[in-house]
Amino acid sequence: MKDIIRAAAIISIVSIILMLVNAKLNGSGNRSDTNSITVFNWGEYLDPALLKQFEQETNIKVIYETFDSNEAMMTKIEQGGTTYDIAVPSEYAIEKMKEADQLLPIDHKKLPNLQNIDPYFLDLPFDPHNEYSIPYFWGTLGIAFNPELLEGQTFESWEDLWNPTLQQEVVLVDSAREVIGMGLNTLGYSLNSTDKTELQEAVDKLATLSPNVKAIIGDEITQLMVNGEAAVALTWSGQAADMMADNESIDYVVPQEGSNLWFDNMVIPKTAANVDGAHAFINFMLDAEVAAQNADYVGYSTPNLAALAFMDPAVTGDERYYPDEEARDHLEVYKDLGLTMLGHYNELFLKFKMNLQ
Amino acid sequence: MTKLRKLPKVYLTFVFIILYAPIFYLIFYSFNSGGTMSHFESMTFEHYAAVFEDKRLIIILINTIVIALLSALIATTIGVLGALTIAFMKNRSMRNAVLSLNNILIVSPDVIIGASFLILFTIVGVKLGFASVLISHIAFSIPIVVIMVLPKLQEMSPSLIDAAVDLGASKRDVLMRVVIPYIKPGILAGFFLALTYSLDDFAVTFFVTGNGFSTLSVEIYSMARAGITLTINALSGLIFLVTIVLVVGYYAINRKSKTPFAGVRK
Amino acid sequence: MNNKKTSFSFSSVPYILWIALFVIVPIALVVRYSFFDLSGHFTFNNYQSFFSSIYFKLTINSFWYAFLITFFSLVFAYPTAYFLTKTKHKQLWLLLIIIPSWINLLLKTYAFIGLFGLYGPINAFLKMIGIGEHQLLFTDFSFVFVAVYIFIPFMILPIFNSLDKLNPALIDAARDLGAGAWTTFRRVILPLTMNGVKSGIQVVFIPSLSLFMITRLIAGNKVMTLGTAIEQQFLVTQNWGMGSTIAVFLILFMFIIMWFTGQKEKGGTKR
Repeated sequence: MKDIIRAAAIISIVSIILMLVNAKLNGSGNRSDTNSITVFNWGEYLDPALLKQFEQETNIKVIYETFDSNEAMMTKIEQGGTTYDIAVPSEYAIEKMKEADQLLPIDHKKLPNLQNIDPYFLDLPFDPHNEYSIPYFWGTLGIAFNPELLEGQTFESWEDLWNPTLQQEVVLVDSAREVIGMGLNTLGYSLNSTDKTELQEAVDKLATLSPNVKAIIGDEITQLMVNGEAAVALTWSGQAADMMADNESIDYVVPQEGSNLWFDNMVIPKTAANVDGAHAFINFMLDAEVAAQNADYVGYSTPNLAALAFMDPAVTGDERYYPDEEARDHLEVYKDLGLTMLGHYNELFLKFKMNLQ
Repeated sequence: MTKLRKLPKVYLTFVFIILYAPIFYLIFYSFNSGGTMSHFESMTFEHYAAVFEDKRLIIILINTIVIALLSALIATTIGVLGALTIAFMKNRSMRNAVLSLNNILIVSPDVIIGASFLILFTIVGVKLGFASVLISHIAFSIPIVVIMVLPKLQEMSPSLIDAAVDLGASKRDVLMRVVIPYIKPGILAGFFLALTYSLDDFAVTFFVTGNGFSTLSVEIYSMARAGITLTINALSGLIFLVTIVLVVGYYAINRKSKTPFAGVRK
Repeated sequence: MNNKKTSFSFSSVPYILWIALFVIVPIALVVRYSFFDLSGHFTFNNYQSFFSSIYFKLTINSFWYAFLITFFSLVFAYPTAYFLTKTKHKQLWLLLIIIPSWINLLLKTYAFIGLFGLYGPINAFLKMIGIGEHQLLFTDFSFVFVAVYIFIPFMILPIFNSLDKLNPALIDAARDLGAGAWTTFRRVILPLTMNGVKSGIQVVFIPSLSLFMITRLIAGNKVMTLGTAIEQQFLVTQNWGMGSTIAVFLILFMFIIMWFTGQKEKGGTKR
């Protein structure tokens, strides 16, 4: 008994000491009394050096929190409890958040750097006049492949994935809208189709892809492609960029039938406590040099036109990361289809997955 | 069993190799200058240097350790009391019912626990952060402690307690001097597995945390989309090393001072 | 033992409070959600849809894999625990069994993806000994292997604890009476460690029913369980009603299992 009590005492003392150490580490930035903002972002999606620079320039302390899915982030914001001043949802999530009245309008007068953004990326259907959101990064959905593992096979069309030589070679991303959307695109339908017969056709088409499907996974796709474990992957351009950075033989294409154009955007949630600070932060991130540095760090495509001048021309000239306007014409942005329709998509996707074995 | 002396050694070696293989794999790549967990390029310590430069990461690490230690400690205390409650219940079906309730949090997926705790905390008005995370970790670690302690209590022969009572021991004495020492291995098992639960949890913590408070698991899972950096590998390597040194060191010191580590020798 | 019951009642307050606040209240919330559809209307539809073929198949899958995981955990954990009790520094070795579980699970899973990969060390070894390359990832084998890896400390600990206290005199007596090693194990050792084994089975089987992350990472969604379905309903479809309904069934299944194992306990122990 005595030794149990002693052990408990030691654990408590160690914990208290560690808490004091942490308080000291935390306190060295002298916060709480000064103003601060809480940023809620995907992990590894912002150069930490920029946070320091922002803190120095503006004297606003940044509290940085991370999430791993749009839906989880929305749940947190909806339930409240934390005053997030900035969040970075994807475009379809913005529609949902708008509908749920979770966002504050953004005052463009406080964002002189907004002019740096390529007009092409402004005033999009998911948020007319950018009332609630400012683009942060963007990209496409396409096929990443490793020519070294394939005998001369190329990918111009989605149909190429159905090639019988690709048996057990294709890795798909575990996301209903992407996979079913690919089925829809292959048949020439819209990504945002809500027509149940079109959807059924797409799913029937996808069912014939099953023999080629090696696995349906999440972010681990990057690791598998880099290792040469998988030869072909349906994935987003951002992840493809990560793959190409680590394995030079990998290539990425957006099939000609068209595909998805996605955006991650900065928004100010309704729970924000420091709206001015949030605007200052957005404006800071819109600065050309800052955006360039951030794009270098993250490796995704920036919508910041002025930033391109500060970046490596080899990157900004690369059609795979920065497709020209003609190529972009085939791309479609996701619309929020409503929860019922999304449920239907997921049910179809679940059935597709269950029939994989 | 002396005849079989070789077999146990071979078997245990095999078990330990498997248990430690993924960890050594992680540590191996923490020295990779290539930046990913594949294609080892050349040896570097830059990821270890990065750990010490990243103040935010160190704060998060300390948070994680504090939450794990405190939650395991408190969960063990409550869990032991719970196991005693269950063990001394007369009614068998009542006992079974409580044990089923006990196991609900083990069967429930983390997202559900996380979401319902979040709702609970916002209703009650607990500020999200250290306190809400600590309370949640205590809550989901209690059942494992109960399950670890219970078999020890069931094995304990009632005559042991009766004998103590006959000898004039007070109920408190019986608990402190007879019951607790007997179930100590179960208590320790519960404590260590509660640590595991706490250190491993991502989903519940994600939902109930807030106001800048974060743990290592939340950080690592959120990195998945853009790729987990080798800094995390290096950090894990360091944690592993320190843990091993602490455990072996503690064990050695204890042996020297001749108090067996979990020494209930009756 | 009536008097004892009352003597411990004051100390049971924290535990009972915990059950009330962190078990009953959340379950009440989950049950409540299960009766609402996406637009917030009261409905029984969620329960109806649970009885569709998809969820039936998912339920069967969940039980089958949970069974496999528990079975293999037990098969590998029992000898491990037994041999550990025979080692010199058994407490230290036991701790060394637990330590790997303190390293982040996602990281270890990534390591497994590398280890099992076509160019990973395991395949290199298989090639070396002449078996040749095999697709290990995204198979039932790798899924069960990693799940057993995750759960095995939870099985070893309670079994170790019950073996460790075993009176060696009992075994000697059995051997003296002419019982063979197997008979001794079956008639003496196993019954006396049954409580530990039962605890181990509980803490492995029950959470295995709701496994989700590794179904995607290691099995590439070729294994689907109720846990995966719940995660999807909550985090993708945002259909908390349906997600809660599946959870209600999971809890019901657990109650049924507990009821059955509880019944056996009557005959098993002498109290």
